[in-house]
Amino acid sequence: MKTLEELLKLKAEAQAAMAQKTRVLVCCGGCTSSGSLKVTAAFEKEIAAAGLADKVQVVKTGCMGLCSQGPIVVIQPGNIFYSHIDELKVGKIVNEHLMGGKPVKEFLYPETVADPDKILAMAETNFYKKQLCLALRNCGHISPLHIEEYIARDGYEALWRCLNEKKPEEIVQTMIDSGLRGRGGAGFPTGKKWLLAAQQKETPKYVICNADEGDPGAFMDRSVLEGDPHVILEAMTIAGYATGSHHGYIYVRAEYPIAVQRLEIAIDQAHKLGVLGKNIFETGFDFDIELRLGAGAFVCGEGSALMTSIEGNRGEPRQKPPRSAEKGLFQKPSLLNNVETYANIPQIILKGADWFKAIGTEGSTGTKVFAVGGKINNTGLVEVPMGTTLREVVYDICGGIPGGGKFKAAQTGGPSGGCIPADHLDVKMDFDSLKKIGSMMGSGGLIVMDEHTCMVDIAKFFLEFTVDESCGKCVPCRIGTRRMLDILNKITMGQATMEDLDKLEELCSHIQQNSLCGLGQSAPNPVVSTLKYFRDEYIAHIVDKRCPAGVCKKLVRYTIDKTKCKGCTMCARNCPAVAISGSIRQPHEIDQVKCLKCGACMSNCKFGAISKG
Amino acid sequence: MDMVNLKVNGISVSVPKGTKIVAAAHEAGVKVPTLCYLKGVNEIASCRICMVEVVGPRGNSLVPACAQPVKEGMEVLTNTPRVLDARRRTLQLILSDHNKKCLSCVRNGKCELQELCHEMNMDDEDHFKGAQHLPPVDDSAVHMDRDNSKCILCRRCVSMCTNIQQIGVIGANNRGFNTQIGCAFERGLGETSCVSCGQCIAVCPTGALYEKSYIDEVLAAIADPKKHVVVQTAPSVRVGLGEEFGYPIGTDVEGKMAAALRRIGFDKVFDTDFGADLTIMEEANEFVERVKTGGVLPMITSCSPGWVKYCEHYYPDQLAHLSTCKSPQQMQGAVTKTYYAKKAGIDPKDIVSVSVMPCTAKKFEIGRDGQEAAGVKDVDYVLTTRELARMIKRVGLDFRSLPDETFDDPIGESTGAAVIFGATGGVMEAALRTAVETLTGETLARPEFHEVRGQEGIKEATYNVAGMEVKVAVASSTGNARKIMDQIRAGTAPWHFVEIMCCPGGCVNGGGQPQVPASIRNFVNVPKLRADALYRNNEAKTIRKSHENPSIKKIYADFLGKPGSETAHHVLHTHYVPREVC
Amino acid sequence: MKSQTLPFTGTPEQAAELQKVIAELKDQPGALMPIMQKAQGIYGYLPIEVQKMIADGTGIPIEKIYGVSTFYAQFNLQPKGKYRISVCLGTACYVKGGDKIWDALRKKLGIGEGECTSDRKFSLDSCRCIGACGMAPVMMINDDVYGRLTVDQLDGILAKYN
Repeated sequence: MKTLEELLKLKAEAQAAMAQKTRVLVCCGGCTSSGSLKVTAAFEKEIAAAGLADKVQVVKTGCMGLCSQGPIVVIQPGNIFYSHIDELKVGKIVNEHLMGGKPVKEFLYPETVADPDKILAMAETNFYKKQLCLALRNCGHISPLHIEEYIARDGYEALWRCLNEKKPEEIVQTMIDSGLRGRGGAGFPTGKKWLLAAQQKETPKYVICNADEGDPGAFMDRSVLEGDPHVILEAMTIAGYATGSHHGYIYVRAEYPIAVQRLEIAIDQAHKLGVLGKNIFETGFDFDIELRLGAGAFVCGEGSALMTSIEGNRGEPRQKPPRSAEKGLFQKPSLLNNVETYANIPQIILKGADWFKAIGTEGSTGTKVFAVGGKINNTGLVEVPMGTTLREVVYDICGGIPGGGKFKAAQTGGPSGGCIPADHLDVKMDFDSLKKIGSMMGSGGLIVMDEHTCMVDIAKFFLEFTVDESCGKCVPCRIGTRRMLDILNKITMGQATMEDLDKLEELCSHIQQNSLCGLGQSAPNPVVSTLKYFRDEYIAHIVDKRCPAGVCKKLVRYTIDKTKCKGCTMCARNCPAVAISGSIRQPHEIDQVKCLKCGACMSNCKFGAISKG
Repeated sequence: MDMVNLKVNGISVSVPKGTKIVAAAHEAGVKVPTLCYLKGVNEIASCRICMVEVVGPRGNSLVPACAQPVKEGMEVLTNTPRVLDARRRTLQLILSDHNKKCLSCVRNGKCELQELCHEMNMDDEDHFKGAQHLPPVDDSAVHMDRDNSKCILCRRCVSMCTNIQQIGVIGANNRGFNTQIGCAFERGLGETSCVSCGQCIAVCPTGALYEKSYIDEVLAAIADPKKHVVVQTAPSVRVGLGEEFGYPIGTDVEGKMAAALRRIGFDKVFDTDFGADLTIMEEANEFVERVKTGGVLPMITSCSPGWVKYCEHYYPDQLAHLSTCKSPQQMQGAVTKTYYAKKAGIDPKDIVSVSVMPCTAKKFEIGRDGQEAAGVKDVDYVLTTRELARMIKRVGLDFRSLPDETFDDPIGESTGAAVIFGATGGVMEAALRTAVETLTGETLARPEFHEVRGQEGIKEATYNVAGMEVKVAVASSTGNARKIMDQIRAGTAPWHFVEIMCCPGGCVNGGGQPQVPASIRNFVNVPKLRADALYRNNEAKTIRKSHENPSIKKIYADFLGKPGSETAHHVLHTHYVPREVC
Repeated sequence: MKSQTLPFTGTPEQAAELQKVIAELKDQPGALMPIMQKAQGIYGYLPIEVQKMIADGTGIPIEKIYGVSTFYAQFNLQPKGKYRISVCLGTACYVKGGDKIWDALRKKLGIGEGECTSDRKFSLDSCRCIGACGMAPVMMINDDVYGRLTVDQLDGILAKYN
């Protein structure tokens, strides 16, 4: 393939092929864990049995975002939105909807049938209507296994235009003008990175994709890799052309086998079509991509550690300078961007920097994908323009807290980020606003917490993670985070003093200022921000020996309300510590010394007589 | 050269582009404390002790002075409250996971961590408390122990073993707080292909690594009236020992050392230099023979037991290149228990032969096969230079006030050729002095071979000897040995004669020499200063060729016959065994 | 990290496969991790014998390979059994006799923590609370949960797994 006409012809054919058939899109992203592969198989079987095979196409797509409603099935045309589908429901959908043309209302996502007179399309529901999908624009819409479907949605056109119509420096300038900032965590301006890499004289240069998504709870990169792998290949090739590189690496977590498999298929297809490898679009430009698998180390998400890992070493970060742009992978100039960043690039090329800049805020252009989880009704992936408020995401898009619970805080940025208390629900979600209030964008994890969450416990949870994942190279992180955890353990056990709290704060600022890499420097953030907004909870643990949220086991007391206890003995029989005494039909009592705070009594009490606090 | 101007604590300095802040500060007369940083060896900025403030438009930032290159107009502050506080906290964190049994530590008073605490007025070593590592000591190796409870994970030893020596039997294992330096599969060092060079000990800032000490055994032997205890000292010991007693690096304390040994109670104080002259006689002869008879060339020296062990593990297919000569220590030990024993009328079994060496591999060497000329071990105990210093202190000698004394005959007299054995290139030069005169039959007007002197890792030279071009190479460090050996293995090596020393810079920089703290080592060429002292010693000697040593002539006349004779082979030569890489 | 306890049972076919992998990859820059990942694919874990083969084949010191294998969570140094037993030693289970279950299993299977029986059928791990305190003591075999355990039930339970 050489000319734009050839590419556009291919695009038109693919679009026609897709329009010709009824498409049953089955989410095979996160929904695979709720059984979407069985659903797919059931559809294929029933459709064949119904003789619809040449009219209806079953498509395994990437993540559609609303994970709590999985498995999700969408039927086109009409974008009819089915939720919680299992294989037993498939027969009815095939019969009534595909054969009879009538959607099965009882299986549809409830909001789409709230109005008895019409059925809302997927994009019209609350969860989707406020979203703007740029990075995720193809996820859930195309088959990641077919390069034609990617091409049908403008795929590889940006690459063609770059190679045939643009000089490398124009592309770099477009990146600078777009204001795009790295989506992996720190928000470094992408254009600046490209410029620095392009300016290097030494060769070879490397273009690397950071697909080592490690923040617990964040999975937007995985969704792109699994749902739209070609966008990464196209963007990396553009980056290669813009910076003068001919070799790319994608470093993928080993925990993402599906992503690896789909990338392998995509690379193979791109080679065959001549849009990757030697002499791309017959322009003489060569660029190839190699996959490298991580092996389970969070720190390898840090740029220099990632490169050290590709080189075949322990993934330990190295001191900068020199910057990776000058001496990166194999000591050569290297450009590293994360998956979500790359996913924006082909559209920026096609639609221009001004189009992109118009989305989001002045300092943070474009959109951001958040992985929303925790105590929230709609868990899943949400892509919104930068600057959307936390309240809009939590309440308008994600439907608020389950059971009408009260929002207490949200943690952004995973173990490197911080918490945002209810006072700041109207904070704009962009790089600078989040930083200003002590949190950070990070890779876009967003964990919502309600009043049953203990903020000390949460801080401890994140710190345990960092301690486990510290590479062990520099002193502040290796020993300092461990000492922080030692103190947090004391606090949650009710053994700490106020002097310990001083030391904890001392450690926070020390580790932030003295650690070698970003992982260490940001490790104290969860503690710093919970201390900033929930200091009273720490003091309750330390001074009153009390956990206000009733989470920290050592500080919890289970008590039996004598007026409610019927003496059924269920609690005593289920107590592993034999801490509950009392005769049958008489109120029981818990021996606080023996009690292990496991909560078995409370969950076994049928009369609500046991409370904790 | 591009120069960069900056200010350190307000003092203006101009340094070459690319210089690190720590070196620029040194230029300005400002000391920035360091711990993990060892110039040219370990530049990983992991300990964070050297943090300094750099003035910036958006506030000052803390950066590691060891890794941060200077910039034009940079303003560096090294002693602000923020900097001092940061260093103090980092040090307290290190101390919170450190076995602080300093009083009984081998490095007490010579520990870089202790010195830092002293310099920073550390008044609360228990500020941070919590989980601590107390792993067992690895005592599996014959030459050294590792006590990781004292390890601060600076990784100098790992860099030395992996990057400089290019052996890599130790490294960081596990991750995070559980990271420990050790060997694969937690095996002991003795189960690996460690060559015993001890360079890891030489660079360890704390008491985590130390030689296996035999001071007690030696003192017990001296106290035993039935034992005749003799000692020999290697060339490099005399130019290292003084550092332990406050002398500047590169001071030759040969006379005081001999006096100290006598006062410790050794019955005879011999000089390994005699053994070195003997080595030259045999090695030069072997070389001449190989040239004449078409033997395996290049011939490679075998004085350095670390190098020999390295060759056995990593180039077992190339052992024929090694000279069959024992090392000077073993030759000296062998003639002690044969020639000297017979002369003095002492049963070799009653002789306890002690050597003082700049080397830890020598502790391994004495246990090798084929090192028992008199049917008993040629050498019984090896002490390092450091151990000798400790011994001198223990027996209560005021080293600096000792008189200068000389070595004992009949195996104590030596030449300038022998004393330069301690420097890289020294054995080659000494051998050339004898071999050239043997091959040409003429006396050299000047016995110096400057081309093979100096601190470069690999040196090459070509000499025209009796119409023949003799190409030689000299390498120090096993990392450089690897380059030489790969060429030999590939058949592309042009040389006839090669000298290889295990330690970078040769024996003067051996793993048994006094440890020089990084605060000095980063700014001074220690091996060079010590080697210079050896060359001065050589210059001062009237006899500078081994074959002119009267005692050497006598031992050949009385006992050995001529170089390469059957007796010489029995007493002075040995064999090698292939070993595995593990 | 625990040292290896189970004898190595690699076959010549596996060794040949690994040699092929090494020959294919070793001249690529940064080949060590891909080789180790493939080796683990062949053997299921990376015991000293396998790491030694990689070291000999690539010239990379075995300590470096070991250092890498202990840095990343996904490399196993011990084989895992067909059935993975994990015994809860959380406080509640411990007080209810989880330790006795643990000791009994170690004795019955003849293996310790993190180890695997010589027929590779069972591997044994302890774990922290799995949130089934009311059923203490608890163990899991693959995904099956067994609660209110007594030592004399163990033979019967183990017999179900073949």
